[in-house]
Formats: sequence, C-alpha cells, structure tokens
Amino acid sequence: MTEKPKVGVYVCHCGINISATVDVDAVAEYAQKLPNVVVARTYSYMCSDPGQSLIKNDIRELGLNRVVVASCSPRMHEPTFRKAIREAGINPYFLEMTNIREQCSWVHEDKEEGTAKAKKLVKASVAKARLLEALESKEVDAEPAALIIGAGIAGIQAALDIADAGFKVYLVEKTPSVGGRMAQLDKTFPTLDCSACILTPKMVDCASHPNIELMSYSEVEKVDGFIGNFDVKVRKKARYVDFGKCTGCGDCAAECRVKDRIPSEFDQGMGKRSAIYLPFPQAVPAKYTIDPESCLFLTRGKCGKNPKCQEVCRAEAINFDQEDEIVEFKVGAIIVATGFDPFDASRKPEYGYADYPNVITGMEMERLVSASGPTGGKVKVFNSEEEIEPKEIAFINCVGSRDKSVGNEYCSRVCCMYTAKQAHLIRDKIPDANIRVYYIDVRAFGKGYEEFYDRVRRENIRYIRGNPSEIFKRGNKLVVKVEDTLTATPLEDEVDLVVLGVGLEPRADMRQVMDLLRLSQSPDRFFLEAHPKLRPVDTATEGIFLAGCCQGPKDIPDTVAQAKAAASSAMIPLARGKVMIGAQVATVNEATCRGCGFCVNICPYTAIELVTVNRFGNEVEVARVNEALCKGCGSCSAACLSDSIQPKSFRDRQILPQIAALGAMK
Amino acid sequence: MSAESQTFTERYDLLGCIQCGRCTGGCPVTVRANLNVRRFVNDAYYEEKLDELARQAEIWDCTACHTCAVRCPKGLKPLEVLLGLRAMIIESGKVEPTVRDALQSVLLEGNPWEKSRAARSDWMEGLDVKIAEPGVPVENLFFVCCTIAYDPRVQAIAKNIVRLLNKTGVDYAFLDDSETCCGSEVYTLGEEGLFEMLVEDNTEYFNEYSAKRIVTLSPHCFTTYNVHYPDLNKPVIHYTQLLDELLKEGKLVWKGDLPKKIVFHDPCYLGKQGGVYDEPRDLLKSIPGAELLEFERCRERSLCCEGGGGKMWVESESKKERLAETRIKDAKALGADIVAVACPFCVLTLEDAMKGLGYEEEMRVAEIMELLGEFIEA
Ligand SMILES: Cc1cc2nc3c(=O)[nH]c(=O)nc-3n(C[C@H](O)[C@H](O)[C@H](O)COP(=O)(O)OP(=O)(O)OC[C@H]3O[C@@H](n4cnc5c(N)ncnc54)[C@H](O)[C@@H]3O)c2cc1C
Ligand code: SF4
Ligand code: SF4
Ligand code: SF4
Ligand code: SF4
Ligand code: SF4
Repeated sequence: MTEKPKVGVYVCHCGINISATVDVDAVAEYAQKLPNVVVARTYSYMCSDPGQSLIKNDIRELGLNRVVVASCSPRMHEPTFRKAIREAGINPYFLEMTNIREQCSWVHEDKEEGTAKAKKLVKASVAKARLLEALESKEVDAEPAALIIGAGIAGIQAALDIADAGFKVYLVEKTPSVGGRMAQLDKTFPTLDCSACILTPKMVDCASHPNIELMSYSEVEKVDGFIGNFDVKVRKKARYVDFGKCTGCGDCAAECRVKDRIPSEFDQGMGKRSAIYLPFPQAVPAKYTIDPESCLFLTRGKCGKNPKCQEVCRAEAINFDQEDEIVEFKVGAIIVATGFDPFDASRKPEYGYADYPNVITGMEMERLVSASGPTGGKVKVFNSEEEIEPKEIAFINCVGSRDKSVGNEYCSRVCCMYTAKQAHLIRDKIPDANIRVYYIDVRAFGKGYEEFYDRVRRENIRYIRGNPSEIFKRGNKLVVKVEDTLTATPLEDEVDLVVLGVGLEPRADMRQVMDLLRLSQSPDRFFLEAHPKLRPVDTATEGIFLAGCCQGPKDIPDTVAQAKAAASSAMIPLARGKVMIGAQVATVNEATCRGCGFCVNICPYTAIELVTVNRFGNEVEVARVNEALCKGCGSCSAACLSDSIQPKSFRDRQILPQIAALGAMK
Repeated sequence: MSAESQTFTERYDLLGCIQCGRCTGGCPVTVRANLNVRRFVNDAYYEEKLDELARQAEIWDCTACHTCAVRCPKGLKPLEVLLGLRAMIIESGKVEPTVRDALQSVLLEGNPWEKSRAARSDWMEGLDVKIAEPGVPVENLFFVCCTIAYDPRVQAIAKNIVRLLNKTGVDYAFLDDSETCCGSEVYTLGEEGLFEMLVEDNTEYFNEYSAKRIVTLSPHCFTTYNVHYPDLNKPVIHYTQLLDELLKEGKLVWKGDLPKKIVFHDPCYLGKQGGVYDEPRDLLKSIPGAELLEFERCRERSLCCEGGGGKMWVESESKKERLAETRIKDAKALGADIVAVACPFCVLTLEDAMKGLGYEEEMRVAEIMELLGEFIEA
C-alpha cells in the first residue's frame, strides 16, 4: 500500500437509539485524535440522504480513502454505505462498520460505560480500516429457471407467477398429486368459497403450463452451487404405472385385490383406497400410482395368479419393472414451499384422541363435512357403540398451540377461524345441534374475519371461555372437563362429538430439506427468514426463498401473498440474467499451502477443492477456492495450520491489529 | 434471586398465566370442594389480598395431585400458589393440631407419624435384610418411606420386596433407622423451612452412600427426590421400574395363580408426575391367571384418590362423595375383584372408601407388592 490512509469517522445518533446511551460527540472527539483520522463527525441519521452526502463530500473535499461508520449492525446498512463511498469514487471495500447500537446502546444502561465501549470499538475499527484492501466483486451468468419444492397452494402460486413471466419452472412435489393441504379443505374462511373450486383450476394450470415441468411423486436429492447457478438432482420415484400410457380411467383401482382396505391419506384415514390409487378425484396429474407399502405384488411378490391391475388395465400401463429415475438440471433460484403438518393430537393424551372415535381433529372434520369426503358430507360419528348424527358438539381451540407442555409456544393463526367455519358448516347440516366452542382468546385478525366470527356466533354457536383439561367417557357420552372462566364454573360437559382445533407444526420430515439447502430454523422450528420484517421471504442463502406454512403458520391469503413475494424475489436474478458474487472470499497462498485438505473438509459451503500445481518442478496439491461458492465465513482460515488460506478483508494482518486495539485500552 | 426476596408474583410466575382455566378444568377436587385454583393464581397478584386468600378454607382441599401443573400451557405450577398460602398460615402458627404434630414429629423423629426414630427398622424383624453402609458399593439402595416403615397395614410392601430380592440375588441394601422422611408431605403442607432443611440433610446423607441408584417404595418419595433434590448424586427410581427390569430379564418366577380381575389405579405421584405407567401394569399382567382391567379414567387421565397434599392430616369440610369412593364404585361397575395400587397412601384412602361403601366381602384393595408377595417361592 503506497497511499497513506486518510480515515473519516462518522458517528450516528440513530435518533436517540444510540445517543441516549452513548455520548456520540465524545466518541467523535476521541476518534479525531486517533492515528490517520482526518475527520470525525456525528449526525442524527447517518443512513439518510444528508448523512450519506456528508461522507461523500468529505471524500471529495478532504481526499478520504477510508471510511468508518459507527452506527448499527453491518447486516443493516453495510450495503448502503458501500454504495455511498463508491459513488464518491473510492473502492466500496474501504469501509469498516462499527456496531455501537446493538453492541453498545441497546445493551448498556449506563451512559459512561456505553460511551467508553463505543470509543474502544471505534478505535479498533480505525486500526483495521487503515489496513483494508481494494476488492472487486464479479458478475456471473444466472440460469433463467427456478426450482420450487412443494406444490401446495404456495408452491403452485409461485410456479404460475414465475412461469407466466416467461421463465422455466421445475415444480417438485413429494406426493402423487399437487394441491397440498388446501385440497383437503371443504370451504374456506371467511368467504366460504369452496376450496376445490378455487384450487383445482390452478392445479390444472400448473400441469399444462408450457413453462412448468411438474415432477410429482418426486424428491430433490441434491443441490449444489450458488445463486444463479444451482445444480439440482431430483429422484422421480417409480409409480409402477407408465405415465404416458395411463389414461386415468381407474379400472385398476376398482379391481385391486386390496380395494377399500388401505387408509386414504387424503381422507385422513377415515376413507379407504386401493393399493393402486389416485389420491383424490381432482388429483393432478390424473395418473395412478401403486403404493409399494401396500401392494400385494410389491410386498409379497404375488397378487393372486396375476396382478389384478395388470389384467384389467386396457392401456397396458402397469409396469412392475419401473425404477426410480434421476433427473438433473440447473436453476438460478429456489423456492421452498414444503408446508406444515397438523399437530398430532395423540400427543395430548388427556384429550383421549387415540381412545375415542368421536374425538376428531379439525383436519378430519374438513373431510367429514366435504361432499367428496368419506361420508359424502354427512356429519356422522361412531360413539363406540353405534353411528350417530351428533347433537351435542364441542370444539376445542388451541390444541397443540400456545402450549409449552408440547413445546409449541406460538399461535397457529388459523384454528380460531377454521373452527368458526366448521361450526357454521355444521349448523347448516344439523340445524338443531347444540354447538359450543371452548376458546382462550379468539384471534380474528384478518380481513373480514371479525365480521365472520360475529356472524357465526349469531347462528347460535356458543363461545365459552375456557380451555378444556380432560376428556373421558361416561356411558356413551364424552365428558369435557373444563372451567367456564367467565363465571368461574367448573363443568363436566357431556357431548357426542369433540373437534380438536389442532394447530400447525413444522413438518416432521423437514430436516431432509433443511440439510439439503442448509436452511436454519427459528425458535418455533419453522424455517427462518433472513429478516422478520424486511426480508420475510429470503433465507440466509442468496437465491433461496421461502413461501407458505414452511416459514410459519398462516392462512391461504397470507400464503398466496408470500408465494407471490417469493416468486418476484426469485425472478430478480432470472430477469437480470446475471448475479454478483461476493468479493470478501478466501484466498490461498499457494506458496505455503501444504495441500493437507483440512480446509476442504471444514468448509460448510464445499467451496474448496485440492488441485495439482507445479511448484519448482514438483507436482504438489494445493487448495483452491471457488469464489462463487465461498461466503467468506473464515472456517478454513481457522483450520489451516500454515495460515495459508484467509478471507479477504479478514486476513490476520487486518484483524490482529483490530483485536490488539481493543485490548490496549482500559 | 433468592426465594425470600421474590414477590409472590415473581416466585410463581403469576404474570405468565393467561387465565385459560385448564388448571381448574382438570382439578379433580372441584366436583366436591369449592377450590378454584385459577382464581388463586389470578388474585394472588394483589399483595394486599394475600392474607385474606390464605385464610380461605379451600386452600387445604388441594391434594397436590399436580394435574393443574401438568396441564398448564404456560409452565406455571398453580398448586404451588396454594402451598405458598399454606406456608403463610404455617408461619403464623395458626394450624390444626394434627398438622402441627405431624411436622413436629418430622423435625424430631424424622417421620410424620409421631413414632420414635429407633423403631423405624422394626419391620425388618425376622427378615434377612442387607443393610447399607456409607462408602460400601451397592447397586440398589432402598428407601422405605415413613408410612411403609411404621404403618402395619402397608409394611408388607417392604417385607415382601426383601423376600423377593433375596430370592433373585439382586445386589441391594436398605438404610437402617437413620433413614429420614423425604419431606413430600412437609412440602405440600407448606412448611418451607423444614423442607429446605430435609433436602439439605438428606442430600448430604444419600451422597455419602456409593450406590448406583436409589430405589423408593413410595411414589411420593420417588417424585420428591426427582423434583426437589437437585444435588443428589444418583438417579432415583420406583421399585416397579426395578422389578419390571427383572421381569424382562426373566428373573421373576411366580408360584401359583390368581384367577381374578385386577384393575390398576395410577397413583398421581407415579403416573402424572413421574411418567411411570407401563411398569406396574406389566408386573400385574405377569401374575398367572390374573386379568388386567382398565378404568375409563386411567394413565394420564387417572382420577386422584385424595391421599396426597397433606390430606392425611387435614379433613376436607366437604360432605360430598370422596374421590376414593368414586374410584371404588367405578371399579365395582367394571367387575374388578382387586383394585391394585402402587402407593401406600392410595392403599389407605381406597381401602377406607371400600370399607365405607361396604364392599369388603367382594372386593380387595392391594398394593402390587402385597399381591406379588403371595407368589414368591418359599
Ligand atoms: C383443518 C384446517 C383448516 C384450514 N382451513 C383454512 C381456511 O378455511 N382458510 C384458509 O385461508 N386457510 C385454512 N387453513 C390453512 C391452509 O391449510 C394453509 O394456509 C395452506 O394449506 C398452506 O399451504 P402451503 O402450500 O404452505 O402448505 P401445504 O398445503 O402443506 O403444501 C405443502 C406441499 O409441499 C409438499 N412437500 C412437503 N415436503 C416436500 C418435499 N420435501 N419435497 C417435495 N414436496 C414436499 C407437500 O406434499 C404438500 O403438497 C386450514 C388449515 C387446517 C389445518
Ligand atoms: S398388484 Fe394387486 S395389490 Fe398391487 S395394485 Fe395391482 S391389484 Fe392391487
Ligand atoms: S388461532 Fe386461535 S385456536 Fe389457533 S392457536 Fe391461535 S388462538 Fe389458539
Ligand atoms: S471462507 Fe468459509 S466458505 Fe470460504 S472457503 Fe473458507 S470455509 Fe469455505
Ligand atoms: S392452566 Fe396455567 S395459564 Fe391456564 S389459568 Fe391455570 S395457571 Fe393460568
Ligand atoms: S394439585 Fe390437584 S388438587 Fe391441587 S389444585 Fe392442582 S389439580 Fe387441584
């Protein structure tokens, strides 16, 4: 470095966020006296336009070549100030941020302590800033295609938006049909549109759209690469039915030897299906699948003399020799839309869900009220003696939500409303039923929700404030043990049917996707977004986005809104056709690298490989960094025994003086 | 922060409560007493009301079954608010003489039954019992329990287990008369100071023995050690867990048979609080000829017999049917010949109820170890 460092220090008030606990003027005064500091200033909002202009002017007028901004977290405004100094003509990496908000003012109460710490941190930043090097970020091409994992309403909507914009979409769905949970719903709150009526057209669209390649009954096995350039490997599971030949006539299922003996997942186990099946009549694609777990031929090697399905299929589509197929392709962006699991009610044994057939979940109630459901839409339950039309019906809210005893502290956001919806639907079907809803708080926050709740109550649905503690049987009645908390009356309420308003949980199998894409979880165990307010559909990994209930419980309107947001974010790199790759990447000193490969194993982004080079006539192995994959995390540097691999901007010679500066001051 | 300097609100996390009512909804005594524990959680927030709350008779109706605590969605232990109020009464000295005497007896003699400490091992007479010594390694260190040690009605639990252990060759030892009350009932009666002392002394006492684990005969001791003794240096199990291990290893062989219908009553301190449900059932099922029935309200939904929470020393004012009576009637309706339990308190309350109802001729209440005792080969 030939040029002498000329540092400008800018201390932000952040309104009173910082200045209330840190004496910013004292910090600036102190900074002014540090070596190489040419100017130190304070300003109310450094990130504002005038704040940025202040810095730019100083660069131009005082010839600054290094800038230290003491304000908030670099996660917040590093890009802002990089851009500002670049506009003023200096390399954007000649910036060092000092976090005196999260690390000082927000965690200290004593102004003197806060100020002293802020001074220390600024001193350390100045020490490092003097040693920064100029870096350039590069651009690479982006593949104009997207991968969407999960084809519930979130995945379907995102796929349609991206495909309509003219990009290729690979839509991967684990089960034999698209549709997700919404396909199982009867009507939807608060407008009571029929779920199938609004969903089926979209399902059909995503199968017929020229830009969408739908891969149902498939799973993503591997993802490598980085934003703009992800290499994807998908396993299409064998259906044992030739996709091209199957006409969807259903003759096979009608004749299957285990017909009506296999619990139907779609009907929550209340209806039965064959081993060869279409999950539900409107399923997309309308192709049959043989379930390898229940097919006689596939489990025992024998189905009568000849497999019945094969005998009856006129299209000759049954093929027991079919094998899984692996397909590989490249995409520029990925959207995760894997949805949720309903809470497993048997985890609250006090409600007797596992013991009593007339204690059912909200998901089961959706199928029971549905005209296409296992009872043809008749609400009938077995009270363990006979099948009856229930007259005394109790709904219980918050089952498995807001409940530390099952590890779910969050509110599931849809159960209050779907309970109201189901109470309304039952009122229609059984006009003389006594229906009550046991609740703690009714959360009707969405558009039209409170109005819907008002309407439902006036349909003679009793809302009783109290969360039941126990359910047991007395004669052929269920006893709900509960307190009416508004009148402080403990009750033993005798009913024919209990509907548990089960909440939404992260999927039990989410780990597979998590490991595949290196996603993180928030404390509620759903996938973690990059920022809860400002980057709600992004993940920590660039180019990977979240949509729908995999990120947290939500209703259909919010799911669709989020899907559209994820689609538009995903389209940014696709539309630009190019992506920037980070400049703060690791570099290898090939002269000292011993080729031990420690860094190769430690790198969480598989960014390093060993390559053979010629060193003074000898073939030796050394580490080489793929700059597109490297995130500059520094793990390799910590692992390297010969200090040969170090991230730019975080080299030993840059951070050791920074650390020394922290230690040197009392 | 030490317990003393905390306010009631902080100590019991009263602000964590959302007044959902699950505690009162699940509380078994609401069918016969006026107790509404949710209201106490609500009202105890107002410090000026505490004295008045402590004087409410119903705070003594709580059986410490812990249903409220197990069900609370916000992690509160509502019953502890009642115990805190009891503590205020204990401190003021205005307690019933029965309670005072029981506590005095724990302090002086190490048991609440006003028996002399020297007589604690009398039940061992005529038996070949291995006695533990500090520092001498042993696998299973047995803790008998004050009630089993002194009450002739339930001493058979201890006696039979000794016979069975001697037979199976398990490495075990019992404590001698230096064994002291675990404090379960001291805790629920609200004598906080005495309980703290017991925890300290007993922890020190146990930690001197080099045993792999402690085996308790009563679920009350089992849960008390597991929940309230953070510094014990060995795990604590209930004897049904040990016997179930032996059963699975094929080491329990029964002689004779018992062609009877047995229904098992889950003790609150073993089931709801200890999470032990299957082991006692497996043992009962192993008795040749026995048929195991289930109460409608079993396992996590079991009905409390009202034996805990210091109820041995405080009579309820309610004249309504006792829960133990409800339980016996349910057993009768099921057609059970034997109501089996795994807790000395349950034996006493349920047997009392059975006699009161006049079912003595056709029915029997028995602790599991009493039953098994009949099938140990001589
Ligand atoms: C009982 C009940 C009633 C409801 N009623 C209403 C209502 O009336 N109105 C309303 O607005 N909301 C309602 N909801 C909420 C609604 O169901 C959700 O908002 C919606 O289903 C969320 O859609 P999603 O696409 O995020 O998730 P899902 O519907 O769960 O879809 C996720 C999809 O991803 C697939 N998938 C999962 N993992 C993988 C993987 N690894 N690879 C490939 N594919 C994968 C799944 O198979 C599934 O098809 C209700 C919810 C419940 C439980
Ligand atoms: S082989 Fe037999 S069991 Fe299997 S799908 Fe065909 S008919 Fe059904
Ligand atoms: S939405 Fe309603 S029922 Fe569901 S968890 Fe929240 S408050 Fe409970
Ligand atoms: S800095 Fe991190 S991401 Fe980059 S090569 Fe090293 S270990 Fe891998
Ligand atoms: S169960 Fe817990 S949260 Fe609910 S009212 Fe009782 S103490 Fe409060
Ligand atoms: S411990 Fe049992 S008896 Fe006491 S308040 Fe709680 S639920 Fe009621």
